[in-house]
Amino acid sequence: MTENSTIYLDYASTTPVDPRVASKMMEYLTPDGEFGNPASRSHRYGWKADDAVEEARSHVANLVNADPREIVWTSGATEADNLAVKGVARFYKSKGNHIITSKIEHKAVLDPCRQLEREGFEVTYLEPNEFGIIEPEQVKEAIKESTILVSLMHINNELGTLNDLQSIGEITRESGVFFHVDAAQSTGKVEIDLSTLPVDLMSFSAHKTYGPKGIGALFVRRKPRVRIEALIHGGGHERGMRSGTLAPHQIVGMGEAFRIAKLEMKKDHDMIAKYHEKFLDEAMKIEHVYINGDLKNKVPNILNMSFNFVEGESLIMGLKDIAVSSGSACTSASLEPSYVLRALGRKDELAHSSIRFSFGRFTKESDVDKTLSILNNVVDRLRELSPLWEMHLDGIDLDTVTWNTH
Amino acid sequence: MAYSKKVVDKFENTLNDPKAFNVGRFDPKEENVGTGMVGAPACGDVMKLQIKCEPSGNTHVIKDVKFKTYGCGSAIASSSELVDMLIGKTLEEAKAIKNKEIVDALELPPIKIHCSVLAEDSIKQAIEDYESKQ
Repeated sequence: MTENSTIYLDYASTTPVDPRVASKMMEYLTPDGEFGNPASRSHRYGWKADDAVEEARSHVANLVNADPREIVWTSGATEADNLAVKGVARFYKSKGNHIITSKIEHKAVLDPCRQLEREGFEVTYLEPNEFGIIEPEQVKEAIKESTILVSLMHINNELGTLNDLQSIGEITRESGVFFHVDAAQSTGKVEIDLSTLPVDLMSFSAHKTYGPKGIGALFVRRKPRVRIEALIHGGGHERGMRSGTLAPHQIVGMGEAFRIAKLEMKKDHDMIAKYHEKFLDEAMKIEHVYINGDLKNKVPNILNMSFNFVEGESLIMGLKDIAVSSGSACTSASLEPSYVLRALGRKDELAHSSIRFSFGRFTKESDVDKTLSILNNVVDRLRELSPLWEMHLDGIDLDTVTWNTH
Repeated sequence: MAYSKKVVDKFENTLNDPKAFNVGRFDPKEENVGTGMVGAPACGDVMKLQIKCEPSGNTHVIKDVKFKTYGCGSAIASSSELVDMLIGKTLEEAKAIKNKEIVDALELPPIKIHCSVLAEDSIKQAIEDYESKQ
């Protein structure tokens, strides 16, 4: 077990499973539970499991106002993104070979796009504005005769900023181009109404919304119909779009998590918005703090800040009793600072100095207070250690210094 | 990424008691002070190392050291480790310090070896600066 003295502020990375969800999942595993294979049509074990899967499908559909028949189970949002991007591209390749996405998508979209480039597709990577937003106008300008798909995320996972799906979708509709949206960060955070939103495919994840890891879903619109080529073959489950025995305990977990999300979205949002406001007010009292993202157009559960003159990994090490993530190169295996922050045009040193705080359903006000107090202290101490802070206090403009780099 | 306990301890001890771990600065204009600064903010680490020396026989001995480091936990730990190695050494002995000694002392993971290289560079540069003033 992790020490419970560590405050968890990394909900955008993953959430704990809500205990109500976990207890529901337990009913679909053991001999005394409904452990059947939903594809077994010849006995009650199968029927019961199938009922549970279909009920869960309705809960997922219900949260985003879709038809349950438009929901395809996947192993998570990464698979849903792969299925949408590669599935549409490969199915419609006779219509065109051009795909539009952005530089700040999740790797689950960027890497499939790279793969499609190797297969002969052409991909345009749109540049976000300084706040991390893709303007509808940019999409309009990038669409050409050969464009078949636009794939953009709803809420950016590092910044919490929101793209305008309605306006972008109107443009793709007008041009006869499919629109895929990665909404892994959206469920339970903002209202989504797919009955009116002009989006053709949408990816979901359970584990960002208090469900289990290892399960997600792809919304595939029926009217106007979208067709995709499957990635996984073997039995024709999920109407041929995703074969493989369904995992009822995972699916029931996602369904229950999304059912609760629908009921408690407002309550969760209001509480988190209050914490966000408090955190922001206090943290901004620290000198030379910058917000990454757009305060006027973002969700309150994600707050990305750069603490100038302090390196992000050392800040995370200093914040050892708080679980957060950093855009610092040093926290990643690649030694590259966050590609998302760099795409915003942030100086590398500010990308190195960034920390993402993300709040959730189980965050307590005392967690916020304790984090603020530790944060203040650690930033002060690291600045005392920082030659850059010393130079700044001496009135030296760091941009004019010639550095001894390797 | 897993740091050794040695890196974590060195980092935390330095952070919690900077004075005891020689965090600070000397006036770089003083004749008996040598300053080295290596790295760049865009790369994620900058080390500044200062030595204060006294003539001793036909050489000079490092009497005191101050440092400041901007960088990841292992960069800060590497500077702090280097400082421990320097006090009381002659310039010749200090020049002979290799980054490998810091790697071994802190059990740095391979991806963080550049932190120790930077530390080695910082003492070389500080000695150069000191010698240029003599």
